[in-house]
Amino acid sequence: MKMSGAKILIECLKKENVEVIFGYPGGQVLPIFDQLYDAPIKFVLTRHEQAAAHAADGYARATGKVGVCLATSGPGATNLVTGIATAYMDSIPMVAITGQVKSFLIGNDAFQEADITGITRPITKHNYLVEDVKDLAKVMKEAFHIASTGRPGPVLVDIPSDIQMQETEFDYPEKVQIRGYKPTYNGHPGQIKRAAKAIGESKKPILYVGGGAMACDAADEVYKLATKNEIPVTMTLLGLGAFPMTHKLALGMLGMHGTAYANHAIMDSDLIIAVGARFDDRVTGKLDAFAPHASVVHIDIDPASVSKTVDVDIPIVGDAAIVLKQLNKMVKKPDTKEWLKAIDGWKKAYPMKYKDDDKLRPQYVVEQIYEATKGDAIICTEVGQNQMWAAQYFKFIKPRTIISSGGLGTMGYGFPAAIGAKLGKPGMPVFDVAGDGSIQMNIQELATAVIEKTPVKIVILNNSCLGMVRQWQELFYKKRYSYTKLCLDTPDFVKLAESYGAVGMRITKKKDVRKAIDKALKIKNTVIMDFRVEQEENVFPMVPAGEAINKMISGGLA
Amino acid sequence: MRHTISVLVENKFGVLARIAGLFSARGFNIDSLAVGRTEDPAVSRMTITSEGDDKTLEQIKKQLNKLIDVIKVVDFKSGEFLDRELMLIKVSVNAKNRNDALEAVESVGGRVVSALPGSVSVEITGDSNRINGLIELLRPFGIVEVVRTGRIALGTGEKGMKADGKPEVNE
Repeated sequence: MKMSGAKILIECLKKENVEVIFGYPGGQVLPIFDQLYDAPIKFVLTRHEQAAAHAADGYARATGKVGVCLATSGPGATNLVTGIATAYMDSIPMVAITGQVKSFLIGNDAFQEADITGITRPITKHNYLVEDVKDLAKVMKEAFHIASTGRPGPVLVDIPSDIQMQETEFDYPEKVQIRGYKPTYNGHPGQIKRAAKAIGESKKPILYVGGGAMACDAADEVYKLATKNEIPVTMTLLGLGAFPMTHKLALGMLGMHGTAYANHAIMDSDLIIAVGARFDDRVTGKLDAFAPHASVVHIDIDPASVSKTVDVDIPIVGDAAIVLKQLNKMVKKPDTKEWLKAIDGWKKAYPMKYKDDDKLRPQYVVEQIYEATKGDAIICTEVGQNQMWAAQYFKFIKPRTIISSGGLGTMGYGFPAAIGAKLGKPGMPVFDVAGDGSIQMNIQELATAVIEKTPVKIVILNNSCLGMVRQWQELFYKKRYSYTKLCLDTPDFVKLAESYGAVGMRITKKKDVRKAIDKALKIKNTVIMDFRVEQEENVFPMVPAGEAINKMISGGLA
Repeated sequence: MRHTISVLVENKFGVLARIAGLFSARGFNIDSLAVGRTEDPAVSRMTITSEGDDKTLEQIKKQLNKLIDVIKVVDFKSGEFLDRELMLIKVSVNAKNRNDALEAVESVGGRVVSALPGSVSVEITGDSNRINGLIELLRPFGIVEVVRTGRIALGTGEKGMKADGKPEVNE
């Protein structure tokens, strides 16, 4: 049976079991929207295309499925760009579909024309401009395959509106054949053996786990490797949840705002077992000084991540879950008793702490979210101090419970991502830990959250400034607070929430924090909690840019 | 160190931009780039020369391999490949020095393709040394125009490969 390109697109999405699409209509996607009108796929109308991309990303992180977003040509497509780049940096599976001007108009500077495949080339895993309706089904099959396999990432498919209207037979390919794309899943057996030997012989091993462990669901194998062999575990921001923070072997996050004990441990280690992590600059600090005594085992599905910054002794390219499973069968337990004692010493000497007084401090708010939920919640974050406090003071227990823009550091990410996460995991409470700066970057999505009944609990750690930049200005720019002050009462977040039909609360006292969180959890609507926190509170420990990661400053707390 | 990299790619719209974009986005410098179809019209072959240490080269190769449209990447070490470049060069001459110029061209195996009263145009193929040599020989006469194709390279022995990336088989 012949069908239109638009209809074929919907059929492809059905074949891929897409449950929800986030997007925004426009002139060059009218045929697609006409099909969506009675398609059995949920469509979430965001209030900005950027939010559609972030929501698809949040949905993907919460569920492990491919997130799908849809926008029109030109400005619709360019508005997706930040969302696509965010997903690309964090290796999140996403398919972004854009309308394009009619094929014969491409290159003519037509109304709402943008070369979106050109624009997104460096921020997608791959992208397509569909030039013939006959290619559409194959392109969609490939797009979902590429997005979700290997090192996942966003794939953009640009479809001119005339191709959406042209008709052809629908034939969804069973298999994908791309000769230039064959990810390696099984690690090299010889290398796995070498890694097992190195672990068995190590005295100060440390597991360093990143977002890649989430992408391939390797948390169970990480747990086995760590607990059976008594190996301490540190995690990157995106790796949090891969190993329970409540476990005694957990060291929390490492790097610029990592725990002091994680940083001391990795610097002093003799063997780093990196799992789906990429030794980025926020983790390693000064590269030449990083973990000088350590050999490095690096398990990663992306060969280009291996030896990119830190030189690796035993590279294992493959799916971390598969590799760790084999490794777990071979490893002989090293003697780490002395090592764990040393780590305990650091834990006692440099605990995570903040000033515990009567003032309303942001760290306390995050701790209370943990206490109220016992870790059984999805924590989305914005970017900046709010993000780091969430990472430091919430005890992540399960995989896929932190949803945060790690690589790109996108302000305005958390709230739309939370809407996507809530749709993917309706049974879980979903928080967006935000700052008063970040939340205003996609505040319009209050409409989406209320109308779609995706009750997100927005926790604004309101210090009426752009806190992280202010912190750098305080510490490194002689307190010259250049354009980082915001206004405490503009907007009035309570009234703002109410104007959208959400619930607004303002909390100014420490003693009211828990009550507010408990109350918000009972409300079946989106809630904004405006916590008026100490403006001068800084994120510590902190490794100044370009320093070795054991050269932390503690703000006089440690 | 200068590297010569051969890349087999799908002969598709936008592939050149993907490769060039990768180099610029990652801060790798392209010294020369030559592209053309192979024996299989669906496959193009690029020869790229680039400067960088071994770590940089390794990263270039890995990043190229990550591109979906890239079928195979080979970097050639010296002795493993034949390379050629074509140059067209126009030199100004007068009645007095015309013969000297023609002699210089002949001495390095160039060929005159057009001769006008005030200038001669010459083609030369060869490796970079030979081509650079001719430029130096002709510089005193006054170079009007130079066009070079960039290096193309053909692997020898085990480094030979067909359009599908498989090694050549001697039958």
